Amino acid sequence: MTRPVYLVDGARTPFLKAEGKPGPFTPVDLAVQCGRPLLLRQMFDPRALDLVILGCVNVIADEMNPARVAALRLGLGAEMVAFTMQINCGSGMQSIDTAYRYIRDGSHDMILAGGAEALSHAPLTLRQDAVEWFGGMAQAKGPVAQAKALTGLRPDFFKPVIGLERGLTDPITTLNMGQTAEVLAHHFDIDRKTADAYAMESHLRLAKAQEEGWLTDEVMPAFDNDGTVYDHDNGVRPDSNMEGLAKPKPAFERPHGKVTAGNSSQITDGASWVIVASEDAVEKHGLTPLARIVDSEWAALDPKIMGLGPVLASTPLARRNGMDLDDVGLWELNEAFAAQVLACLAAWQHDEFCREVLGLDGAFGRIDRDRLNVDGGAISLGHPVGTSGNRIVLHLANAMRRLDRKTGIATECIGGGLGGAMMLEAV
Amino acid sequence: MIGPVLRHMGETKLELGPATQAAHPWRRGEDNGVVWLVLDCEGSSVNTIARAEIEGLATELDRLEQQPPKGVVIRSAKPAGFAVGADIKQFDDMARDGATDMLRQGHAVLDRLEALPCPTIAVVHGPAIGAGLEIALACERRIAVPGASFGAPEVKLGLHPGLGATFRLPALIDPLEAMTLMLTGKTAHTKKAKSLGIVDEIVRERHIAAAVHAMLEHEADRSLGVKARALKYGGRSLAARQMRNETEKQAPKEHYPAPYRLIDNWEQHGDDRDAMQQAEIDSFTELLDTDTSKNLRRVFFLRQRLKDGPRGADDIAHVHVIGAGAMGAEIAAWAAVKGKRVTLGDVDTAPLGQAVAQTRKIAEGAHLSDIEIRDALDRMVPDPRGYGVAHADLVIEAGPEKVETKRKIYDSVAAQIKPGAILASNTSSLSLDDLKTAAPDIKRFAGLHFFNPVSKMQLVEVVRHNGTDKETITRLAAFCGGIDRLPVQVRDYPGFLVNRALTPYLLEAMVLMDEGIAKEVIDTAAIRFGMPMGPVALADQVGLDIGLHVGDSLKAALDKPLAKISDDLRKKVDKGELGKKTGRGFYDWSQGTPRPDASLDDAPDDLTDRLILPMLDACIECLRKDIVGSADEVDGAMIFATGFPPFRGGPMHYARQRGTEDITARLKNLADRHGPRFAPDRGWSNI
Repeated sequence: MTRPVYLVDGARTPFLKAEGKPGPFTPVDLAVQCGRPLLLRQMFDPRALDLVILGCVNVIADEMNPARVAALRLGLGAEMVAFTMQINCGSGMQSIDTAYRYIRDGSHDMILAGGAEALSHAPLTLRQDAVEWFGGMAQAKGPVAQAKALTGLRPDFFKPVIGLERGLTDPITTLNMGQTAEVLAHHFDIDRKTADAYAMESHLRLAKAQEEGWLTDEVMPAFDNDGTVYDHDNGVRPDSNMEGLAKPKPAFERPHGKVTAGNSSQITDGASWVIVASEDAVEKHGLTPLARIVDSEWAALDPKIMGLGPVLASTPLARRNGMDLDDVGLWELNEAFAAQVLACLAAWQHDEFCREVLGLDGAFGRIDRDRLNVDGGAISLGHPVGTSGNRIVLHLANAMRRLDRKTGIATECIGGGLGGAMMLEAV
Repeated sequence: MIGPVLRHMGETKLELGPATQAAHPWRRGEDNGVVWLVLDCEGSSVNTIARAEIEGLATELDRLEQQPPKGVVIRSAKPAGFAVGADIKQFDDMARDGATDMLRQGHAVLDRLEALPCPTIAVVHGPAIGAGLEIALACERRIAVPGASFGAPEVKLGLHPGLGATFRLPALIDPLEAMTLMLTGKTAHTKKAKSLGIVDEIVRERHIAAAVHAMLEHEADRSLGVKARALKYGGRSLAARQMRNETEKQAPKEHYPAPYRLIDNWEQHGDDRDAMQQAEIDSFTELLDTDTSKNLRRVFFLRQRLKDGPRGADDIAHVHVIGAGAMGAEIAAWAAVKGKRVTLGDVDTAPLGQAVAQTRKIAEGAHLSDIEIRDALDRMVPDPRGYGVAHADLVIEAGPEKVETKRKIYDSVAAQIKPGAILASNTSSLSLDDLKTAAPDIKRFAGLHFFNPVSKMQLVEVVRHNGTDKETITRLAAFCGGIDRLPVQVRDYPGFLVNRALTPYLLEAMVLMDEGIAKEVIDTAAIRFGMPMGPVALADQVGLDIGLHVGDSLKAALDKPLAKISDDLRKKVDKGELGKKTGRGFYDWSQGTPRPDASLDDAPDDLTDRLILPMLDACIECLRKDIVGSADEVDGAMIFATGFPPFRGGPMHYARQRGTEDITARLKNLADRHGPRFAPDRGWSNI
């Protein structure tokens, strides 16, 4: 038995640029900030939810299983089952996909599925040899043994390892994520200027969406304990231009690289939730769905070219549902790097690639910019890794409604060599 | 919020050792030679110490003295705590029948407990207050369960401890700390009590049996460390002088004798236990019979009355507050800190942010733990889109004081408010009659008038108009109880009760200033009467704009003439010098709250009466017009909303004590001299 599954509503925090120190909110704080208004605007008792699933990559020590901590802090009651998912940059979409499959298969009726990430809170860790020294000190008994242990101390023990840097480095290839984008830029001949132009457009589109109020129902203001109010994605640069984007040096491969801080996604904190429901739940609680979740797909490829994940995941998803590229009216393709997005587009237009890798008859086609990331993306908004997958699904649903598009796909590349994609249909 | 499984199991399971058989007031059980005496007062959720409890203890001691066990454990069977103190109702009987004998008997029983040859351990969870503390102090050791608190609040009743704390506490801990605790009446929470030395160990409830066992094992080879601590403390007279100075700032000797007796006893007899004991009994007996103590005990019961007033269970789980101005933010913050789910609506997000910060401040001020502060902040949801209206059991409107604005707010609420929910206005100056026709459900519309700052002012006026149904009023009263505020039920009337009574007091102060009397002199006169703050400083604190608005609207609405509203006040408001909130009003507030202490030698002899008597007269008017139910409620309301001197027992009590004929004569005399605003109300004859 497969049952129809609906995306009913969703909300997120503003995405807040990391300022080089821990931001005002932990992952669970962020999940609470946007979860509270989202649940308040539902007419059903939030305890009618069956399950809470939260994607989160950098879980902090005080919030193990952040899904459960968030559920309790949102007042969902001691009996609310909640678990956290981690598939790196796909975590926030994996939570929706899991909810979708549970409901489709009939075991659940209404699930709160989200993503939360506070990259500004990513920990500083000690070097392994420093950890061993600390362990030895703790075990040393008596002054002599302690003095002896103390002599092992070296100044470089205090040089911390930046957890975020480690997290953004592929452990198999030891390539940084930015370097994987450099690999794609090289393969698909994407130059710096094209990447910068893409990045500029991302900022201008987000600025326009903010100005027009298109994000009002999606972005809930967040309030920190000192009384500061955060009411918009603050990484946006409405005055972004080519001159400015030409300035920064390559971020990952100097001096000749093409990937810069300007044409990459930003390091950001943010959380997002959606409510996923069965037809029964929609009827029972009188809900108005935003969209129907049609299907989803996950794919894997070499970590070194992880940025092509969207191509690998979206193509079979579309084909399986009898669609060609042009039948998909709207795309959210997560902007990890401008070069990486552009590489995906190039791959789909590449006859040989599509034939040999995707098993198509020829090129899949061209996605026009008016169907792609219409209100900006991770380059202007930022990329809180565990959250982005959730945001692109939510925003796809909202943008499909605004632009009156029948079908859409949200898709993302995932560090480690994965891709995720989800198809929505207007209701 | 607890789930069904934990609810079934119970959140705490008290370790009562072998004392499992129910008995009142003391349960007794013996196991392995250790006797557990567990206090369990009949028919109450808390333990209070009265004659029966002391006599019951004496009976147990008879047995223990004959056959001393290995150890004695004393604790409470009430989940609420150890014991909250003496039964204050018995104080009046004691005062009448001669307290000395009864106190001697009580002291003798605790002396016997102290003298038992075996180790004695008090296990304290929750509050051990007053006589509860004193029983614990008579034990050799004290184990505290986290959450336990220890205090001697007798000064708040115009007394000092009477069952031995005045000499046992200074012997147990640093005498200066002991005196401070008793002089301020403050409570020492678990950790503080441990650091002071009141508590020997802090042990979680689940390990009490093991901790008692371990402590008794150790006791076998104990040395007399604790008891042997010298009562000596050099430099007592210097310390006593400093204590008197400190106390004078808070509680002038003229009005509050008890702390000074406590200091005297310690200064004179601090190194002689028996003399301290005798002095404690003597001065306690005398204090019991002072007007101050009688009136403060009266205030204690007034508070109980307001608290327990006619109301049902609190069924308000979610409150939506509209308007994040000073009052709305305070109400929302306070309710969230007290456990309510709160949404706070405002079109502007900046004040919502300020309200979050305010919630944190209040939660920190209430000594909540970091986790409790986080939970309070999670409960306080800033709600710029007003999503909360549709879920709230109670919507409190705290918008601008304009009829049209409020009516518009009600229109928008009407579309969303859920059936059965109450809409209440926090208006202080508008008539509910002018607002009610815009309310979505007239039966469930009422006033809920909080005072500023909500976290400090305990009173809330629950205001009904002639269409409010009774259930709405009792539900609102129950809500006030639920957030630890004191409700007084009043009828719609210009200024309701409290502002009706306070306005002539404030306006008269302005007239006096116009007559050339210095504001410091005026305020000093009020402070000497016992008001916490003079009328000029109070006007500044309330906000001169608000004061002017209330003054104007009352003047227009009341039959009784009010004083002319001073031109100076209008000028100040026009200039934007609004008082505390702008840093300047009549006073300069940059250096903190002004507290003048001027000479009254040249003050007019009718100064104090001109300020105070019109306040009393307005109270009489409210009683006559049935705005408020009883004189006692008036007294409670005025004490808890305005700080009317508690040692005077409230304005109506003060009037009775002074004599209503004396007061009406004085009012007539003032009316002849200063105008008809002083003419006594005709209700005086019914008091």
